Amino acid sequence: MENKSMRQPTIVVTPEEYKALTKQYTPKPTIVKNVVRAFIVGGIICSIGQVIINSYVILGMPQLEASAAATATMIFIGAFLTGLGIYDKIGKFGGAGSIVPVTGFANSIVSPAMEFKREGYVLGVGAKLFTVAGPVMVYGISTSIVVGIIFFLLH
Amino acid sequence: MDLKRRGNQTVVFANPPVILSSYTVVGPKEGEGPLGKTFNKIQKDQINGEKSWEVTESKMLQEAMQGAIDQAGIPKEEIDFMLAGDLLNQLISSNFAARQMALPFIGLYGACSTMALSMAVGSMLIDGGFARHVLIGVSSHHDTAERQFRLPTEQGAQRAMCAQWTVTGAGSLLLGKNGNGPRITSATIGRVLDFDVNDVNNMGAAMAPAVSDTIINHLHDLQRKPQDYDLIASGDLGTVGLALAGEVLKKSGVNMGAQFTDCGVLIYDSSQDVHSGGSGCGCSSVVFSGTIMQRIKAGELKRVLLVGSGALHSATSMLQGESIPGIGHAVVIEA
Repeated sequence: MENKSMRQPTIVVTPEEYKALTKQYTPKPTIVKNVVRAFIVGGIICSIGQVIINSYVILGMPQLEASAAATATMIFIGAFLTGLGIYDKIGKFGGAGSIVPVTGFANSIVSPAMEFKREGYVLGVGAKLFTVAGPVMVYGISTSIVVGIIFFLLH
Repeated sequence: MDLKRRGNQTVVFANPPVILSSYTVVGPKEGEGPLGKTFNKIQKDQINGEKSWEVTESKMLQEAMQGAIDQAGIPKEEIDFMLAGDLLNQLISSNFAARQMALPFIGLYGACSTMALSMAVGSMLIDGGFARHVLIGVSSHHDTAERQFRLPTEQGAQRAMCAQWTVTGAGSLLLGKNGNGPRITSATIGRVLDFDVNDVNNMGAAMAPAVSDTIINHLHDLQRKPQDYDLIASGDLGTVGLALAGEVLKKSGVNMGAQFTDCGVLIYDSSQDVHSGGSGCGCSSVVFSGTIMQRIKAGELKRVLLVGSGALHSATSMLQGESIPGIGHAVVIEA
């Protein structure tokens, strides 16, 4: 915060005025553009996933197993594109559209793995693998346990 | 005793140190920018064949400093201090470069203001009679900074519109007591100001008050006006911070005019998708050691004020919800 003990001369602006100025000069996030792009990119990724599920079903896999196999395939694609240095460009364009699907999850694990390889396989890759995805897993798993208990009690 | 201090926080050098030479090494993105032609060496990619980005940054710094020594043609034995700084924890780029240079070494951390800070301290060493020659080197690297302060580089995320792009570059100057070249005539050491900005994507806004405070004090201490300078360049405020600093100065009764610009605004153009401009201590380092030095030598600029701007936060302080303190250091360079 502004330091009252500063001797003159000093800038003549109160923290409140500065906050207002900052708000005025900081460009607004391009929400509409981002939402539209996220919708398109997310939609394309999910459509690809659906095509893969249907293909597995046509090839004779039961529906449930086809979904699991398709998820694994999508994770592979996400990881592969991250390795090729393409997924971050998709992410820059698509935002949440490429973060929310399972390919985004793969990206959030593979990118630290690539990044921290130079610090070694134990304290680099091993320790830093979940720097981005860790919170998702901790709270995702915790939430699923709580929901599971509620479901169990209600039935 | 005749003190060289003026006013609140400015020093005026009795025998202004000379900038004998300058040398810059930058990454490919900076080379493609509008100032591409003003750099001495442009690397073909970000890693340049090394095993890590950290090693690349350190080697760039070393190469820039060796380049400045070679250009000046000063024997290494006559260089009494090496001052260097970068953005990485414990100043590893500078420390590892110093290991190779084998000169008496002082590491400086002023975040992105390190170039102006080193120039001020180096000039004090020379004018104080403690050194014949001082070698200055300052670097930053986009990828080493990203992984230390933000996210893994392959993570697919969108950057905020006010975010800035850390410059990959190293700039070096060799200062001397005598010789030909532009001179550093005075310096104003800044105070740390914090206006409670805690958005790490908006560092220009965090630094603008401190830069404005340093400019006001500098002008007051030397009884000068902004118009006494051909160029007033802040280090890396970016478009947002530059506009904010102009506004804050205007409110405080100082009208800056068109000669007020920012190294972070100059180094990239709008087609390079850097959002609010360049940042990092390499930014003011390569812009000053490159284009500004060349324009002073060509006689285009007679008196320049370089105001390095630093955001003094860390990845830890950011996570703990602390706001970002800012600082600005100013040096005057005259042809």
